[in-house]
Amino acid sequence: MMAALTFTISFLMLLQFFVAYSHSLIQEARGHQLSAQVCELSGVAADRVRGDHFKRLLELIAICPQPGNDTNRVLAVSIYFKLLGVCRALLGWVLPTAAFWFESERSGCAYLAAVVLDRRIAYNRILSEQKAENGY
Amino acid sequence: MLGPADYAILIAVSVAYLCCIVCLVLRRAFYQHFTIALYLSASLGIGVARYLIISTAGFNSNSYFYFYYFSDALLTICLFFVLMGFYSHVFSQMGAGNLVRIGAMLLLGGTALISYHMVSSSSDKLTTRFAYELSQNLYFVGVVLTYLLWGAMMKLHENRTRLMQLVLAMGVYLSAFAASYAMRNMYPGLAIWRYFLALIDIWLPITWACTFFKVPEDARMATARVLAPSPNP
Repeated sequence: MMAALTFTISFLMLLQFFVAYSHSLIQEARGHQLSAQVCELSGVAADRVRGDHFKRLLELIAICPQPGNDTNRVLAVSIYFKLLGVCRALLGWVLPTAAFWFESERSGCAYLAAVVLDRRIAYNRILSEQKAENGY
Repeated sequence: MLGPADYAILIAVSVAYLCCIVCLVLRRAFYQHFTIALYLSASLGIGVARYLIISTAGFNSNSYFYFYYFSDALLTICLFFVLMGFYSHVFSQMGAGNLVRIGAMLLLGGTALISYHMVSSSSDKLTTRFAYELSQNLYFVGVVLTYLLWGAMMKLHENRTRLMQLVLAMGVYLSAFAASYAMRNMYPGLAIWRYFLALIDIWLPITWACTFFKVPEDARMATARVLAPSPNP
């Protein structure tokens, strides 16, 4: 009984902390303006990134070499994105008004993915320029 | 005996702790977040000691069994100090640092006493049982304290991005561990615990390393936006 209560409380707090952590990552990414190159490459508009773009952005991230340890952030937001998908499927038809909120959250996840891709492209561009300068 | 998966997890966890210490040093935050450095160093040291005991005495030996639970209790106490460090960071401008330290010591002592009472009333009275009980209770107390800290940060409109992310990552870690310990009490025989707890262990050093590496000390973010993010810019 005590273990079940502890589990329930801890699990609810885990969800809350995880959502807040994901929000903080998304909010931090919002401060970054997307470049024209990443918009053209991924087919998203800088001012309107939708949740549907998330999968494609992840595929592009996967083929772009990483500059540092941002994989963890992408992974955390991917889990959050999947969690939102499950909640939308379960609650979307019960609470139609919640659908807008879910989509807004999913678009936030996609925006973060776009920012990560943007940073990776910028990093790789600098790297290739340096290589060209050094004659490689 | 340990399998390839055990070795992979052991190495990954140790590397993650090492990376986090390096990030802390590179970002010149070692003294500012001394309790974090202490916890990371202790984790790394204990990780190496655990490996040495496994390689000499074996995974199923009594030595490893005792060492595992006592080192886990020690790490949980270190984590408790990290949490108190966060409290003193948040309440530093209010000059309530000493009050927080006294409260933390009282809470730690109280949790140890309650854990001892729970073990002394049981029939076996094993010291490892006390270490296990203490870890489990401290994790849960840690979750509640982190939740209170997060509440206080929202009330005080705390806007330091780095501090926010450090606290939230720790909240995820502590609540995942507390939930796992509770689940393990209900279903102790599951083989999944051997890998699951080790995998959770990697969360904290990686997220902290990311935070120290990516988020500058002077970065600011409105707390309200973390609670309800704004739509696309």
